[in-house]
Amino acid sequence: MDAEQKFVKKALIFAGMAFIVVMLVVPLVTVLVYSLREGYAVFSEAITDNYAIKALNLTLFVTVITVVVNTFFGVAASWAITKFRFRGKQFLTTLIDIPFSISPVIAGLVFILVFGRIGWAYPLLEAHGVKIVFAVPGIVLATLFVTFPFVSRELIPLMQSQSSDEEEAAALMGAKWLHIFRKITFPHIKWGLLYGVILCTARAMGEFGAVSVVSGHLRGKTNTLPLHVEILFNEFHLTAAFAVSSLLVVIAVIILILRNIVEYKVKKGDSL
Amino acid sequence: MGKLMGKLRLARGNNVIPGFGLSIGITLAMLNFIVLIPLLSILLNLSGMSLGEFWKTITDRQLLAAYKLSFSCALVASVINVFFGILLAWILTRYEFTGRRILDGFIELPFALPTAVAGVSLTTLYSDKGWIGGLFDKIGVKISYTATGITIAMIFIGIPFVVRSIQPVLEKLDRQYEEAAMILGASRSRTFFKVVFPEIFPAALTGFGLAFARAVGEYGSVVFIAGNIPYRTQIVPLLIVSKLEQFNYAAATSVALVMIVFAFVVLFSINIIQARVSKRAGE
Repeated sequence: MDAEQKFVKKALIFAGMAFIVVMLVVPLVTVLVYSLREGYAVFSEAITDNYAIKALNLTLFVTVITVVVNTFFGVAASWAITKFRFRGKQFLTTLIDIPFSISPVIAGLVFILVFGRIGWAYPLLEAHGVKIVFAVPGIVLATLFVTFPFVSRELIPLMQSQSSDEEEAAALMGAKWLHIFRKITFPHIKWGLLYGVILCTARAMGEFGAVSVVSGHLRGKTNTLPLHVEILFNEFHLTAAFAVSSLLVVIAVIILILRNIVEYKVKKGDSL
Repeated sequence: MGKLMGKLRLARGNNVIPGFGLSIGITLAMLNFIVLIPLLSILLNLSGMSLGEFWKTITDRQLLAAYKLSFSCALVASVINVFFGILLAWILTRYEFTGRRILDGFIELPFALPTAVAGVSLTTLYSDKGWIGGLFDKIGVKISYTATGITIAMIFIGIPFVVRSIQPVLEKLDRQYEEAAMILGASRSRTFFKVVFPEIFPAALTGFGLAFARAVGEYGSVVFIAGNIPYRTQIVPLLIVSKLEQFNYAAATSVALVMIVFAFVVLFSINIIQARVSKRAGE
């Protein structure tokens, strides 16, 4: 490498690093520093506050349901789309990806239009005393909507790149569906599946726009952790808002690390 | 349901692998209940509205200001993201340096970090008392609660889309052509613009489109730094929320339809441009 090349390389790396530090690292550090700026006592009070704990529980509850349901869907959809030939396959794949391109606010809005006071399903719900909007089921539905394509988006390309010969052989020998999936397909796709699950978890846990529209912001009842951050921030409890945020930052960093490990495994799996 | 199932029937009925009926049934049922039927409610809700009313609602003066703000900020943010996205993808694929793997892992932070957390953090950081905002405040520049702040939040949320679109293309790109161009006497910048850039252009465009569509629709990370000053810092998603809070469902739904149509137009145009580019490359 000549001197000019070395200079260009250094300048480009510096510019890229500077961009990432200013745009991504500094905001992350801000959260941690602000959360501790009034001392540990204030920090621990904010994260052990009754409403914070209830919000954390609700977030975990919604995340678990969403991830389980969408993983189940993602596997079923990828199986149908990659193992069989049928008309309208491309169209179906496009439909599944719709939530990816729609504003989260709209994802919340649509459930208000179905189950809210003006919704067409409202009379039916009222007759049975069921509440969906401004209640936990609405939050679950909105989160399901925004994370809908996450698992299938990872699995479909992966399964398309693998041949179905082994599955066909097993089927010809009389193996049942579940058996084929567990013994043959799953070992081939496990890292890709885990990758999709991780992305789905991150989004489900952090979803704000869609949940905000359907939650009704009832403290202790329909408040998820991100919504709790918003309330604290808007009430000028800055330190508390950042303390609660720091919990989410820790989870986000863990997710990032897991994501990188799994991505490495996926790449390694591809080369085998 | 039954009709759809009929349409999606197997092209070849003699597939040996089991589970088609079950898996396609689950897929269609969940797609319908979680995505399609709720989405169609938008059209159902608007069906009572006349075209004139609809047009009047979506061209309201406050809304026009919001479109202008959202689109211009998203455009600026996405252009900046394409520039830094190419730069980051380039250094991540072409250079070895300390911290490369950490940098690579960090790119995805905006996907992993809850948007509300990003929002409150950016707002505080760029407010007139924040670490960065304070510096700019001394020279009389305000960032939080202005279009500049909105653009910064949109850069934050969009950067992974561009880097992750371009990176795989650069990884696969055969360096022979670059080397050949250099041996033939092309300068480094000429090699980049004539040899590398045309190869990564479709990917950069995809990244641009994804980042742009996300920036326009994004709520959590943008809403805090945007403030809520009518005609000045109200982004489109925020207007949907405030129309809902006023129980003005017709207006909220109309704006939602405009945004959905917009998102589809962006994705569709990108597909067309990409198809043209790859066709030209194939000739």
